[in-house]
Amino acid sequence: MKRSPAPIFWLLFGAGGMLAALIGPALLVITGIAAPFAIGISPGFMSFERVAAVAHHPLGKLVLFGIITLFFWHGAERVYLTLRDMHVGGKVALMQLCYGGAAALTMVTVLALVAIGFH
Amino acid sequence: MSRGRPYVRPVEPYWWAHPPYLAYTLREVTGVAVAGYALILLAGLIALARGEAHYVAWLNFLKSPWSLVLHIVLLAGLIAHVWTWFRIMPKTMPRLSLGGSIMPQTLISAAGLVLAAVTFITILLLAEWVRP
Repeated sequence: MKRSPAPIFWLLFGAGGMLAALIGPALLVITGIAAPFAIGISPGFMSFERVAAVAHHPLGKLVLFGIITLFFWHGAERVYLTLRDMHVGGKVALMQLCYGGAAALTMVTVLALVAIGFH
Repeated sequence: MSRGRPYVRPVEPYWWAHPPYLAYTLREVTGVAVAGYALILLAGLIALARGEAHYVAWLNFLKSPWSLVLHIVLLAGLIAHVWTWFRIMPKTMPRLSLGGSIMPQTLISAAGLVLAAVTFITILLLAEWVRP
């Protein structure tokens, strides 16, 4: 019998979901509300120099890669399973849409991190 | 010989838009909020790769009222994700037994929610601490 790839997607969904549950709201409050509007955090918190320094460092790259791509795979699994339950389309088409989308965004994330460069 | 047509129970096509399934649908929509926030971060990363001018443009977008509204909506989605994630966790994991008795599901959910609250406060305090 052919092995199902479902456990891989389920694992990525679970990892992304746990990460989002533990750090998602705090991260969003910092990057989307507190830092841009200087509420409790100085506006220089997300300055080009500081964020570039994080994104140049291999460890910083790993953290950014992990957070961004796992969030994508979490969302992709949820949307895939829900659209399947809604009988919106065929299994293959939905897999291509959801997992294909997450895979493409993962590639874009890697390309951006490489383009930023290394120290 | 004809085997006849198997009975297919009719399913209302928009079952997901009505209670009690609406709660399930809303929970699944939180996944869109998680991925949507990642999309904003990825946009920032691409802007960073393209240079300082693009990155500053991304920062200026974050300072716009549209971005604030978007982030408040996404935050509501993320908070709903945290709540539902830990409410469901005891149902999706193996049963935990401590000292011969099975740990109640409500206790596992509560422990997860407390942990989420602790990490939320800790990360905000750390951000405050590392301010330039």
